[in-house]
Amino acid sequence: MAARKLAVVSAGLSQPSSTRMLADRLADATVARLTEQGVEVEVTTVELRDVASDIMNNMLTGFASPKLEAVIDAVTGADGLIAVTPIFTTSYSGLFKSFFDVLDNRSLTDMPVLIGATAGTARHSLALDYALRPMFTYLHAVVVPTSVFAASEDWGSGADKIKTLPDRIDRAAGELVPLIAASDRSSQVRDPFGFDASLSPVGGFQPS
Amino acid sequence: MQFGIFSVGDITTDPTTGQTPTDASRLQDILTIAQHAETVGLDVFAMGEHHNPPFFPSSPVAINSYLAAKTDKIILSTATTLITTNDPVRIAEEYAMLQHLSGGRMDLTLGRGNTGPVYPWFGEDIRQGIPLALEKYALLRRLWREDVVDWEGQFRTPLQGFTSTPRPLDGVPPFVWHGSIRSPEIAEQAAFYGDGFFSNHIFWPASHTAKMVAFYRQRFEHYGHGRADQAIVGLGGQVFMRKNSQDAVREFRPYFDNAPVYGHGPSLEDFTSQTPLTVGSPQEVIDKTLGFRDYVGDYQRQLFLMDHAGLPLKTVLEQLDLLGEEVVPVLRREFAANRPTDIPDAPTHASLRAVADAAPALVESEVK
Repeated sequence: MAARKLAVVSAGLSQPSSTRMLADRLADATVARLTEQGVEVEVTTVELRDVASDIMNNMLTGFASPKLEAVIDAVTGADGLIAVTPIFTTSYSGLFKSFFDVLDNRSLTDMPVLIGATAGTARHSLALDYALRPMFTYLHAVVVPTSVFAASEDWGSGADKIKTLPDRIDRAAGELVPLIAASDRSSQVRDPFGFDASLSPVGGFQPS
Repeated sequence: MQFGIFSVGDITTDPTTGQTPTDASRLQDILTIAQHAETVGLDVFAMGEHHNPPFFPSSPVAINSYLAAKTDKIILSTATTLITTNDPVRIAEEYAMLQHLSGGRMDLTLGRGNTGPVYPWFGEDIRQGIPLALEKYALLRRLWREDVVDWEGQFRTPLQGFTSTPRPLDGVPPFVWHGSIRSPEIAEQAAFYGDGFFSNHIFWPASHTAKMVAFYRQRFEHYGHGRADQAIVGLGGQVFMRKNSQDAVREFRPYFDNAPVYGHGPSLEDFTSQTPLTVGSPQEVIDKTLGFRDYVGDYQRQLFLMDHAGLPLKTVLEQLDLLGEEVVPVLRREFAANRPTDIPDAPTHASLRAVADAAPALVESEVK
Protein backbone atom coordinates (compact mmCIF):
# COMPACT_ATOMS: atom_id res chain seq x y z
CA MET A 1 0.00 0.00 0.00
CA ALA A 2 1.16 3.52 -0.76
CA ALA A 3 2.75 5.58 1.99
CA ARG A 4 0.35 7.45 4.26
CA LYS A 5 0.57 11.22 4.24
CA LEU A 6 0.81 13.20 7.44
CA ALA A 7 0.41 16.98 7.36
CA VAL A 8 1.73 19.09 10.22
CA VAL A 9 0.55 22.69 10.55
CA SER A 10 2.31 25.04 12.94
CA ALA A 11 1.11 28.59 13.53
CA GLY A 12 4.17 29.52 15.58
CA LEU A 13 5.69 32.88 14.82
CA SER A 14 9.14 33.09 16.39
CA GLN A 15 12.38 31.27 15.54
CA PRO A 16 12.74 28.90 17.25
CA SER A 17 9.10 28.53 18.12
CA SER A 18 7.83 26.31 20.94
CA THR A 19 4.72 25.74 18.79
CA ARG A 20 6.89 24.27 16.04
CA MET A 21 8.83 22.26 18.64
CA LEU A 22 5.60 20.72 19.93
CA ALA A 23 4.39 20.07 16.38
CA ASP A 24 7.65 18.30 15.53
CA ARG A 25 7.51 16.14 18.66
CA LEU A 26 3.92 15.12 17.95
CA ALA A 27 4.93 14.29 14.38
CA ASP A 28 8.01 12.33 15.48
CA ALA A 29 5.98 10.26 17.95
CA THR A 30 3.35 9.56 15.30
CA VAL A 31 5.89 8.58 12.66
CA ALA A 32 7.75 6.34 15.13
CA ARG A 33 4.60 4.40 15.99
CA LEU A 34 3.54 4.07 12.36
CA THR A 35 6.99 2.85 11.36
CA GLU A 36 6.88 0.34 14.23
CA GLN A 37 3.70 -1.03 12.69
CA GLY A 38 5.30 -1.21 9.26
CA VAL A 39 3.25 1.68 7.89
CA GLU A 40 5.27 3.96 5.65
CA VAL A 41 4.54 7.66 6.12
CA GLU A 42 5.47 10.91 4.37
CA VAL A 43 5.42 14.07 6.47
CA THR A 44 4.74 17.57 5.16
CA THR A 45 5.28 20.31 7.69
CA VAL A 46 3.83 23.75 7.09
CA GLU A 47 4.77 26.91 8.92
CA LEU A 48 1.80 29.20 8.36
CA ARG A 49 4.05 32.20 8.76
CA ASP A 50 5.56 31.33 5.36
CA VAL A 51 2.18 31.82 3.70
CA ALA A 52 0.79 34.48 6.04
CA SER A 53 0.21 37.19 3.44
CA ASP A 54 -1.09 34.61 0.95
CA ILE A 55 -3.70 33.55 3.52
CA MET A 56 -4.85 37.14 4.01
CA ASN A 57 -4.91 37.76 0.26
CA ASN A 58 -7.03 34.65 -0.18
CA MET A 59 -9.40 36.00 2.45
CA LEU A 60 -9.72 39.25 0.47
CA THR A 61 -9.78 37.97 -3.10
CA GLY A 62 -11.42 34.56 -2.68
CA PHE A 63 -8.68 32.53 -4.33
CA ALA A 64 -5.36 31.06 -3.23
CA SER A 65 -1.99 31.99 -4.70
CA PRO A 66 -0.12 29.09 -6.30
CA LYS A 67 2.10 28.86 -3.19
CA LEU A 68 -0.86 28.68 -0.82
CA GLU A 69 -2.70 26.32 -3.15
CA ALA A 70 0.16 23.82 -2.80
CA VAL A 71 -0.05 24.07 0.99
CA ILE A 72 -3.83 23.63 0.98
CA ASP A 73 -3.55 20.59 -1.29
CA ALA A 74 -0.93 19.02 0.98
CA VAL A 75 -3.04 19.57 4.11
CA THR A 76 -6.46 18.63 2.79
CA GLY A 77 -5.16 15.62 0.86
CA ALA A 78 -3.42 14.03 3.86
CA ASP A 79 -4.37 10.93 5.87
CA GLY A 80 -3.83 12.75 9.14
CA LEU A 81 -3.27 16.26 10.41
CA ILE A 82 -1.36 17.57 13.40
CA ALA A 83 -2.42 21.17 14.03
CA VAL A 84 -0.64 23.28 16.62
CA THR A 85 -1.20 26.92 17.50
CA PRO A 86 0.01 29.35 20.09
CA ILE A 87 -2.79 30.59 22.35
CA PHE A 88 -3.25 34.33 21.86
CA THR A 89 -5.81 36.29 23.86
CA THR A 90 -7.55 33.12 25.12
CA SER A 91 -7.84 31.34 21.76
CA TYR A 92 -6.06 30.07 18.64
CA SER A 93 -4.00 32.72 16.87
CA GLY A 94 -5.67 34.72 14.12
CA LEU A 95 -3.24 33.28 11.58
CA PHE A 96 -4.17 29.72 12.56
CA LYS A 97 -7.91 30.43 12.29
CA SER A 98 -7.50 32.36 9.04
CA PHE A 99 -5.82 29.38 7.40
CA PHE A 100 -8.72 27.12 8.28
CA ASP A 101 -11.16 29.87 7.29
CA VAL A 102 -9.92 29.91 3.69
CA LEU A 103 -10.20 26.13 3.26
CA ASP A 104 -13.27 24.75 1.54
CA ASN A 105 -15.40 23.78 4.54
CA ARG A 106 -15.81 20.26 3.17
CA SER A 107 -12.14 19.64 2.61
CA LEU A 108 -11.31 18.25 6.08
CA THR A 109 -14.26 15.87 6.30
CA ASP A 110 -13.21 12.62 8.04
CA MET A 111 -9.67 13.90 8.53
CA PRO A 112 -7.97 12.39 11.62
CA VAL A 113 -6.68 15.37 13.59
CA LEU A 114 -4.43 15.75 16.60
CA ILE A 115 -4.59 19.22 18.14
CA GLY A 116 -1.91 20.92 20.18
CA ALA A 117 -1.29 24.34 21.65
CA THR A 118 1.37 26.33 23.42
CA ALA A 119 1.23 29.30 25.77
CA GLY A 120 3.10 30.99 28.54
CA THR A 121 0.98 29.43 31.23
CA ALA A 122 -1.04 26.27 31.68
CA ARG A 123 -4.04 28.39 32.63
CA HIS A 124 -4.78 28.67 28.86
CA SER A 125 -4.94 24.92 28.31
CA LEU A 126 -8.72 24.72 28.01
CA ALA A 127 -8.55 26.74 24.78
CA LEU A 128 -7.86 23.39 23.10
CA ASP A 129 -11.27 22.17 24.14
CA TYR A 130 -13.36 25.30 23.79
CA ALA A 131 -11.78 26.67 20.60
CA LEU A 132 -9.75 24.18 18.51
CA ARG A 133 -11.83 21.06 19.11
CA PRO A 134 -15.20 22.63 18.15
CA MET A 135 -13.65 24.24 15.07
CA PHE A 136 -12.47 20.89 13.74
CA THR A 137 -15.73 19.25 14.74
CA TYR A 138 -17.57 21.86 12.69
CA LEU A 139 -15.36 20.88 9.74
CA HIS A 140 -16.39 17.23 10.26
CA ALA A 141 -12.84 16.22 11.08
CA VAL A 142 -12.21 13.42 13.60
CA VAL A 143 -10.30 14.90 16.54
CA VAL A 144 -8.56 12.36 18.79
CA PRO A 145 -9.55 12.54 22.47
CA THR A 146 -6.13 13.57 23.77
CA SER A 147 -4.94 17.04 22.88
CA VAL A 148 -1.54 18.25 23.95
CA PHE A 149 -0.88 21.55 25.64
CA ALA A 150 2.65 22.72 26.39
CA ALA A 151 3.15 25.71 28.67
CA SER A 152 6.54 27.39 28.87
CA GLU A 153 7.26 25.49 32.08
CA ASP A 154 6.76 22.15 30.28
CA TRP A 155 10.03 22.77 28.48
CA GLY A 156 11.93 23.21 31.77
CA SER A 157 12.03 22.44 35.45
CA GLY A 158 8.44 23.41 36.22
CA ALA A 159 7.00 20.62 34.09
CA ASP A 160 4.40 18.15 35.27
CA LYS A 161 6.40 15.23 36.68
CA ILE A 162 3.50 12.77 36.85
CA LYS A 163 1.94 13.16 33.40
CA THR A 164 5.01 14.47 31.58
CA LEU A 165 4.90 16.23 28.21
CA PRO A 166 6.49 13.20 26.49
CA ASP A 167 3.84 10.97 28.09
CA ARG A 168 1.06 13.20 26.81
CA ILE A 169 2.61 13.37 23.35
CA ASP A 170 2.95 9.59 23.24
CA ARG A 171 -0.63 9.02 24.33
CA ALA A 172 -1.98 11.46 21.70
CA ALA A 173 0.16 9.94 18.94
CA GLY A 174 -1.10 6.52 19.98
CA GLU A 175 -4.66 7.67 19.39
CA LEU A 176 -3.88 9.25 16.01
CA VAL A 177 -1.86 6.37 14.55
CA PRO A 178 -4.65 3.79 13.99
CA LEU A 179 -6.79 6.42 12.29
CA ILE A 180 -3.96 7.33 9.90
CA ALA A 181 -3.17 3.67 9.26
CA ALA A 182 -6.78 3.03 8.32
CA SER A 183 -7.20 6.17 6.21
CA ASP A 184 -7.37 6.17 2.43
CA ARG A 185 -7.93 9.92 2.16
CA SER A 186 -4.64 10.57 0.36
CA SER A 187 -5.39 8.04 -2.36
CA GLN A 188 -8.98 9.16 -2.94
CA VAL A 189 -9.67 10.92 -6.19
CA ARG A 190 -11.45 14.16 -5.43
CA ASP A 191 -13.50 15.69 -8.20
CA PRO A 192 -13.47 19.46 -7.77
CA PHE A 193 -16.51 19.62 -10.05
CA GLY A 194 -18.40 16.80 -8.43
CA PHE A 195 -21.93 17.51 -7.35
CA ASP A 196 -24.68 15.56 -5.73
CA ALA A 197 -25.81 12.69 -7.94
CA SER A 198 -29.44 13.69 -7.35
CA LEU A 199 -28.92 17.06 -9.08
CA SER A 200 -31.37 17.62 -11.91
CA PRO A 201 -30.57 20.44 -14.34
CA VAL A 202 -34.24 21.39 -14.42
CA GLY A 203 -34.62 21.70 -10.65
CA GLY A 204 -35.61 19.31 -7.92
CA PHE A 205 -39.35 19.85 -7.57
CA GLN A 206 -41.48 16.76 -8.04
CA PRO A 207 -45.18 17.52 -8.50
CA SER A 208 -47.28 15.27 -6.29
CA MET B 1 -16.33 36.38 -32.25
CA GLN B 2 -17.99 39.12 -30.21
CA PHE B 3 -16.11 41.74 -28.21
CA GLY B 4 -17.62 44.11 -25.73
CA ILE B 5 -17.67 45.55 -22.26
CA PHE B 6 -19.62 44.93 -19.10
CA SER B 7 -20.33 47.23 -16.20
CA VAL B 8 -21.24 46.29 -12.65
CA GLY B 9 -22.34 49.85 -11.90
CA ASP B 10 -20.30 50.37 -8.77
CA ILE B 11 -20.34 53.78 -7.09
CA THR B 12 -16.72 54.11 -5.96
CA THR B 13 -14.82 57.15 -4.77
CA ASP B 14 -12.03 58.11 -7.15
CA PRO B 15 -9.02 57.57 -4.87
CA THR B 16 -6.97 60.18 -6.72
CA THR B 17 -9.48 63.02 -6.33
CA GLY B 18 -11.74 61.95 -3.46
CA GLN B 19 -14.75 62.52 -5.74
CA THR B 20 -17.70 60.15 -5.38
CA PRO B 21 -20.25 60.09 -8.19
CA THR B 22 -23.95 60.29 -7.39
CA ASP B 23 -26.34 57.61 -8.60
CA ALA B 24 -27.57 60.14 -11.15
CA SER B 25 -24.14 61.04 -12.54
CA ARG B 26 -22.93 57.45 -12.61
CA LEU B 27 -26.04 56.38 -14.51
CA GLN B 28 -25.50 59.13 -17.08
CA ASP B 29 -21.82 58.13 -17.38
CA ILE B 30 -22.75 54.52 -18.04
CA LEU B 31 -25.23 55.53 -20.73
CA THR B 32 -22.43 57.52 -22.36
CA ILE B 33 -19.99 54.62 -22.00
CA ALA B 34 -22.41 52.14 -23.58
CA GLN B 35 -23.06 54.40 -26.57
CA HIS B 36 -19.34 55.06 -26.95
CA ALA B 37 -18.75 51.30 -26.98
CA GLU B 38 -20.89 51.12 -30.10
CA THR B 39 -19.08 54.10 -31.64
CA VAL B 40 -15.67 52.45 -31.25
CA GLY B 41 -16.97 49.28 -32.90
CA LEU B 42 -17.65 46.94 -29.99
CA ASP B 43 -20.33 44.28 -30.35
CA VAL B 44 -21.77 43.91 -26.86
CA PHE B 45 -22.63 46.04 -23.83
CA ALA B 46 -23.68 44.16 -20.70
CA MET B 47 -25.14 45.77 -17.57
CA GLY B 48 -25.06 44.31 -14.08
CA GLU B 49 -27.95 44.00 -11.63
CA HIS B 50 -27.57 44.80 -7.94
CA HIS B 51 -29.89 45.61 -5.09
CA ASN B 52 -27.44 47.05 -2.62
CA PRO B 53 -25.16 50.08 -2.44
CA PRO B 54 -22.44 50.79 -3.54
CA PHE B 55 -24.10 49.59 -6.73
CA PHE B 56 -26.95 51.50 -8.37
CA PRO B 57 -28.26 49.45 -11.35
CA SER B 58 -31.26 47.62 -9.92
CA SER B 59 -32.81 47.25 -13.37
CA PRO B 60 -30.49 46.46 -16.28
CA VAL B 61 -33.52 45.81 -18.48
CA ALA B 62 -34.60 49.45 -18.06
CA ILE B 63 -31.10 50.71 -18.89
CA ASN B 64 -30.86 48.40 -21.90
CA SER B 65 -34.30 49.49 -23.14
CA TYR B 66 -33.14 53.10 -23.12
CA LEU B 67 -29.92 52.12 -24.88
CA ALA B 68 -31.87 50.14 -27.48
CA ALA B 69 -33.46 53.39 -28.59
CA LYS B 70 -30.14 55.24 -28.60
CA THR B 71 -28.00 52.69 -30.45
CA ASP B 72 -28.17 50.83 -33.75
CA LYS B 73 -25.92 47.81 -33.75
CA ILE B 74 -24.61 46.89 -30.34
CA ILE B 75 -26.05 43.82 -28.58
CA LEU B 76 -27.46 44.70 -25.16
CA SER B 77 -26.83 42.02 -22.58
CA THR B 78 -26.61 41.72 -18.80
CA ALA B 79 -23.89 40.92 -16.29
CA THR B 80 -25.90 39.47 -14.72
CA THR B 81 -29.67 39.14 -14.47
CA LEU B 82 -30.43 37.65 -11.06
CA ILE B 83 -32.33 34.44 -11.67
CA THR B 84 -32.50 33.60 -7.96
CA THR B 85 -34.26 36.63 -6.52
CA ASN B 86 -36.31 37.82 -9.51
CA ASP B 87 -39.63 36.33 -10.45
CA PRO B 88 -39.02 34.33 -13.64
CA VAL B 89 -42.39 35.52 -14.92
CA ARG B 90 -41.23 39.14 -14.72
CA ILE B 91 -37.91 38.21 -16.39
CA ALA B 92 -39.81 36.50 -19.21
CA GLU B 93 -42.09 39.51 -19.69
CA GLU B 94 -39.56 42.30 -19.35
CA TYR B 95 -36.82 40.77 -21.48
CA ALA B 96 -39.31 39.80 -24.17
CA MET B 97 -40.37 43.45 -24.16
CA LEU B 98 -36.73 44.49 -24.52
CA GLN B 99 -36.35 41.97 -27.33
CA HIS B 100 -39.14 43.71 -29.27
CA LEU B 101 -37.91 47.22 -28.47
CA SER B 102 -34.38 46.37 -29.59
CA GLY B 103 -35.38 44.40 -32.66
CA GLY B 104 -33.79 41.29 -31.22
CA ARG B 105 -30.55 43.11 -30.42
CA MET B 106 -30.31 41.63 -26.92
CA ASP B 107 -29.58 38.55 -24.86
CA LEU B 108 -29.07 37.96 -21.16
CA THR B 109 -26.66 36.35 -18.78
CA LEU B 110 -28.17 34.74 -15.73
CA GLY B 111 -26.36 34.78 -12.41
CA ARG B 112 -27.20 33.91 -8.84
CA GLY B 113 -25.74 36.87 -6.97
CA ASN B 114 -23.53 36.37 -3.95
CA THR B 115 -24.70 39.14 -1.63
CA GLY B 116 -26.23 37.40 1.39
CA PRO B 117 -28.89 39.95 2.44
CA VAL B 118 -30.31 40.37 -1.07
CA TYR B 119 -31.87 36.91 -0.88
CA PRO B 120 -33.98 37.54 2.25
CA TRP B 121 -34.89 41.01 0.98
CA PHE B 122 -36.62 39.21 -1.86
CA GLY B 123 -37.98 36.42 0.30
CA GLU B 124 -35.36 33.82 -0.62
CA ASP B 125 -32.56 31.93 1.13
CA ILE B 126 -28.98 32.07 -0.22
CA ARG B 127 -28.48 28.43 0.77
CA GLN B 128 -31.05 27.61 -1.93
CA GLY B 129 -29.10 29.52 -4.60
CA ILE B 130 -28.56 26.56 -6.92
CA PRO B 131 -32.08 25.08 -6.61
CA LEU B 132 -33.54 28.56 -7.19
CA ALA B 133 -31.44 29.05 -10.34
CA LEU B 134 -32.36 25.63 -11.72
CA GLU B 135 -36.10 25.76 -11.09
CA LYS B 136 -36.65 29.40 -12.03
CA TYR B 137 -34.79 29.05 -15.31
CA ALA B 138 -36.72 25.89 -16.19
CA LEU B 139 -39.89 27.97 -15.83
CA LEU B 140 -38.43 30.96 -17.72
CA ARG B 141 -37.67 28.73 -20.70
CA ARG B 142 -41.18 27.38 -20.81
CA LEU B 143 -42.71 30.86 -20.56
CA TRP B 144 -40.88 31.85 -23.76
CA ARG B 145 -41.51 28.58 -25.58
CA GLU B 146 -45.07 27.62 -24.67
CA ASP B 147 -47.99 29.94 -25.30
CA VAL B 148 -49.95 28.66 -22.32
CA VAL B 149 -48.14 27.40 -19.25
CA ASP B 150 -49.40 25.29 -16.36
CA TRP B 151 -46.67 25.12 -13.75
CA GLU B 152 -46.06 24.17 -10.16
CA GLY B 153 -42.77 24.40 -8.29
CA GLN B 154 -41.07 25.03 -5.00
CA PHE B 155 -40.22 28.71 -5.23
CA ARG B 156 -43.15 30.49 -6.82
CA THR B 157 -46.90 30.51 -6.69
CA PRO B 158 -48.31 28.00 -9.21
CA LEU B 159 -49.46 29.07 -12.67
CA GLN B 160 -52.56 27.78 -14.40
CA GLY B 161 -53.23 28.84 -17.97
CA PHE B 162 -50.66 31.63 -17.92
CA THR B 163 -49.41 33.33 -21.07
CA SER B 164 -46.30 35.52 -20.84
CA THR B 165 -46.56 38.58 -23.06
CA PRO B 166 -45.32 39.88 -25.36
CA ARG B 167 -44.56 36.57 -27.03
CA PRO B 168 -40.89 36.42 -28.12
CA LEU B 169 -40.00 38.38 -31.27
CA ASP B 170 -40.48 36.20 -34.38
CA GLY B 171 -41.23 33.29 -32.04
CA VAL B 172 -37.52 33.11 -31.16
CA PRO B 173 -36.70 33.15 -27.43
CA PRO B 174 -33.79 35.37 -26.36
CA PHE B 175 -30.44 33.60 -26.14
CA VAL B 176 -29.33 32.89 -22.59
CA TRP B 177 -25.87 32.66 -21.09
CA HIS B 178 -25.38 31.18 -17.64
CA GLY B 179 -22.72 32.92 -15.61
CA SER B 180 -20.82 31.23 -12.83
CA ILE B 181 -17.33 31.46 -11.46
CA ARG B 182 -17.19 28.35 -9.34
CA SER B 183 -20.41 26.33 -9.41
CA PRO B 184 -20.23 23.26 -11.63
CA GLU B 185 -24.01 22.88 -11.24
CA ILE B 186 -24.47 26.03 -13.36
CA ALA B 187 -22.04 24.76 -16.02
CA GLU B 188 -24.09 21.56 -16.03
CA GLN B 189 -27.31 23.55 -16.44
CA ALA B 190 -25.89 25.55 -19.36
CA ALA B 191 -24.67 22.34 -21.00
CA PHE B 192 -27.99 20.56 -20.47
CA TYR B 193 -29.90 23.20 -22.44
CA GLY B 194 -27.13 23.94 -24.95
CA ASP B 195 -27.09 27.54 -23.68
CA GLY B 196 -24.00 29.70 -23.40
CA PHE B 197 -21.65 29.53 -20.43
CA PHE B 198 -20.06 32.76 -19.27
CA SER B 199 -17.08 32.59 -16.97
CA ASN B 200 -16.30 35.96 -15.50
CA HIS B 201 -12.83 34.89 -14.56
CA ILE B 202 -11.43 38.32 -13.78
CA PHE B 203 -10.85 37.56 -10.11
CA TRP B 204 -9.76 33.95 -10.54
CA PRO B 205 -6.70 32.09 -11.74
CA ALA B 206 -6.72 30.78 -15.28
CA SER B 207 -6.32 27.18 -14.12
CA HIS B 208 -9.71 27.32 -12.41
CA THR B 209 -11.47 28.82 -15.42
CA ALA B 210 -9.87 26.24 -17.70
CA LYS B 211 -11.36 23.41 -15.63
CA MET B 212 -14.82 24.96 -15.44
CA VAL B 213 -15.00 25.60 -19.19
CA ALA B 214 -13.65 22.13 -19.99
CA PHE B 215 -16.35 20.64 -17.78
CA TYR B 216 -19.07 22.68 -19.51
CA ARG B 217 -17.77 21.71 -22.96
CA GLN B 218 -17.68 18.01 -22.07
CA ARG B 219 -21.23 18.10 -20.70
CA PHE B 220 -22.45 20.13 -23.74
CA GLU B 221 -21.29 17.28 -25.95
CA HIS B 222 -22.73 14.70 -23.55
CA TYR B 223 -26.19 16.28 -23.91
CA GLY B 224 -25.96 16.09 -27.69
CA HIS B 225 -25.74 19.76 -28.63
CA GLY B 226 -22.59 19.32 -30.72
CA ARG B 227 -18.93 18.67 -30.15
CA ALA B 228 -17.29 19.96 -26.99
CA ASP B 229 -15.30 22.49 -28.99
CA GLN B 230 -18.55 23.86 -30.43
CA ALA B 231 -20.03 24.84 -27.07
CA ILE B 232 -20.77 28.55 -26.56
CA VAL B 233 -18.27 30.13 -24.21
CA GLY B 234 -17.88 33.70 -22.99
CA LEU B 235 -15.15 35.15 -20.81
CA GLY B 236 -14.73 38.23 -18.69
CA GLY B 237 -11.59 40.29 -18.79
CA GLN B 238 -10.21 43.37 -17.13
CA VAL B 239 -7.67 45.75 -18.59
CA PHE B 240 -6.17 49.19 -18.17
CA MET B 241 -4.07 50.54 -21.01
CA ARG B 242 -1.81 53.39 -21.94
CA LYS B 243 0.54 53.58 -24.89
CA ASN B 244 3.41 53.02 -22.51
CA SER B 245 3.15 50.15 -20.10
CA GLN B 246 4.73 52.10 -17.22
CA ASP B 247 2.20 54.91 -17.61
CA ALA B 248 -0.64 52.41 -17.36
CA VAL B 249 0.75 50.87 -14.19
CA ARG B 250 1.41 54.25 -12.57
CA GLU B 251 -2.05 55.60 -13.40
CA PHE B 252 -4.00 52.46 -12.48
CA ARG B 253 -2.19 51.54 -9.25
CA PRO B 254 -4.18 53.83 -6.90
CA TYR B 255 -7.42 52.49 -8.37
CA PHE B 256 -6.20 48.92 -7.97
CA ASP B 257 -4.95 49.46 -4.43
CA ASN B 258 -8.31 50.86 -3.32
CA ALA B 259 -10.67 48.78 -5.47
CA PRO B 260 -13.62 47.30 -3.56
CA VAL B 261 -12.95 43.69 -4.53
CA TYR B 262 -9.18 43.23 -4.37
CA GLY B 263 -7.91 46.47 -2.85
CA HIS B 264 -5.63 46.36 0.18
CA GLY B 265 -4.80 42.74 -0.60
CA PRO B 266 -2.35 41.34 -3.12
CA SER B 267 -0.03 43.66 -5.02
CA LEU B 268 -0.91 44.76 -8.54
CA GLU B 269 2.02 42.68 -9.77
CA ASP B 270 0.85 39.49 -7.98
CA PHE B 271 -2.72 39.99 -9.11
CA THR B 272 -1.82 40.51 -12.76
CA SER B 273 0.36 37.41 -12.73
CA GLN B 274 -2.35 35.27 -11.11
CA THR B 275 -5.52 36.54 -12.84
CA PRO B 276 -6.53 37.84 -16.29
CA LEU B 277 -6.10 41.48 -15.20
CA THR B 278 -3.76 43.24 -17.63
CA VAL B 279 -2.33 46.67 -16.92
CA GLY B 280 -0.01 47.80 -19.67
CA SER B 281 0.23 48.65 -23.34
CA PRO B 282 -2.37 47.68 -25.94
CA GLN B 283 0.07 45.05 -27.20
CA GLU B 284 0.26 43.48 -23.74
CA VAL B 285 -3.53 43.37 -23.59
CA ILE B 286 -3.60 41.72 -27.02
CA ASP B 287 -1.03 39.12 -25.99
CA LYS B 288 -2.74 38.24 -22.71
CA THR B 289 -6.23 38.09 -24.22
CA LEU B 290 -5.09 35.86 -27.08
CA GLY B 291 -3.66 33.60 -24.40
CA PHE B 292 -7.18 32.93 -23.07
CA ARG B 293 -7.79 30.72 -26.09
CA ASP B 294 -4.90 28.51 -25.01
CA TYR B 295 -6.83 27.34 -21.97
CA VAL B 296 -10.51 27.56 -22.96
CA GLY B 297 -10.31 26.82 -26.68
CA ASP B 298 -11.93 28.88 -29.46
CA TYR B 299 -14.68 30.89 -27.81
CA GLN B 300 -17.49 33.20 -28.77
CA ARG B 301 -17.62 36.28 -26.55
CA GLN B 302 -15.02 38.39 -24.77
CA LEU B 303 -16.24 41.14 -22.44
CA PHE B 304 -13.98 43.56 -20.60
CA LEU B 305 -14.65 45.40 -17.37
CA MET B 306 -13.53 48.98 -18.05
CA ASP B 307 -15.53 51.35 -15.81
CA HIS B 308 -15.05 50.56 -12.16
CA ALA B 309 -13.07 51.34 -9.03
CA GLY B 310 -13.78 55.06 -9.36
CA LEU B 311 -12.16 55.62 -12.77
CA PRO B 312 -13.42 58.95 -14.19
CA LEU B 313 -15.59 59.02 -17.30
CA LYS B 314 -12.92 60.69 -19.43
CA THR B 315 -10.43 57.93 -18.63
CA VAL B 316 -12.96 55.20 -19.38
CA LEU B 317 -13.78 56.74 -22.76
CA GLU B 318 -10.05 56.91 -23.58
CA GLN B 319 -9.78 53.24 -22.62
CA LEU B 320 -12.64 52.41 -24.99
CA ASP B 321 -10.88 54.31 -27.78
CA LEU B 322 -7.75 52.22 -27.27
CA LEU B 323 -9.81 49.05 -27.07
CA GLY B 324 -11.76 49.82 -30.24
CA GLU B 325 -8.90 51.22 -32.29
CA GLU B 326 -5.84 49.23 -31.29
CA VAL B 327 -6.88 46.07 -29.48
CA VAL B 328 -10.12 44.62 -30.83
CA PRO B 329 -9.23 44.82 -34.56
CA VAL B 330 -6.09 42.77 -33.86
CA LEU B 331 -7.99 40.35 -31.62
CA ARG B 332 -10.63 39.84 -34.33
CA ARG B 333 -7.97 39.04 -36.88
CA GLU B 334 -5.89 36.80 -34.65
CA PHE B 335 -8.81 34.90 -33.12
CA ALA B 336 -10.21 34.31 -36.62
CA ALA B 337 -6.90 32.90 -37.84
CA ASN B 338 -6.72 29.13 -37.44
CA ARG B 339 -10.27 29.00 -36.12
CA PRO B 340 -11.93 25.87 -37.50
CA THR B 341 -14.83 26.78 -39.78
CA ASP B 342 -17.28 24.61 -37.87
CA ILE B 343 -16.85 26.50 -34.60
CA PRO B 344 -20.08 28.50 -34.28
CA ASP B 345 -20.34 32.20 -33.53
CA ALA B 346 -22.35 33.34 -30.54
CA PRO B 347 -26.04 32.94 -31.39
CA THR B 348 -27.87 36.17 -32.31
CA HIS B 349 -31.52 36.82 -32.98
CA ALA B 350 -30.84 36.54 -36.71
CA SER B 351 -28.98 33.25 -36.43
CA LEU B 352 -31.56 31.73 -34.07
CA ARG B 353 -34.35 32.87 -36.36
CA ALA B 354 -32.64 31.28 -39.34
CA VAL B 355 -32.43 27.99 -37.44
CA ALA B 356 -36.09 28.23 -36.39
CA ASP B 357 -37.24 29.03 -39.94
CA ALA B 358 -35.27 26.09 -41.30
CA ALA B 359 -36.92 23.67 -38.88
CA PRO B 360 -40.39 24.98 -38.05
CA ALA B 361 -41.57 21.60 -36.81
CA LEU B 362 -38.97 21.46 -34.06
CA VAL B 363 -40.71 22.85 -31.03
CA GLU B 364 -39.23 22.07 -27.68
CA SER B 365 -41.62 19.81 -25.82
CA GLU B 366 -42.36 20.22 -22.17
CA VAL B 367 -39.22 19.95 -20.09
CA LYS B 368 -39.16 16.65 -18.30
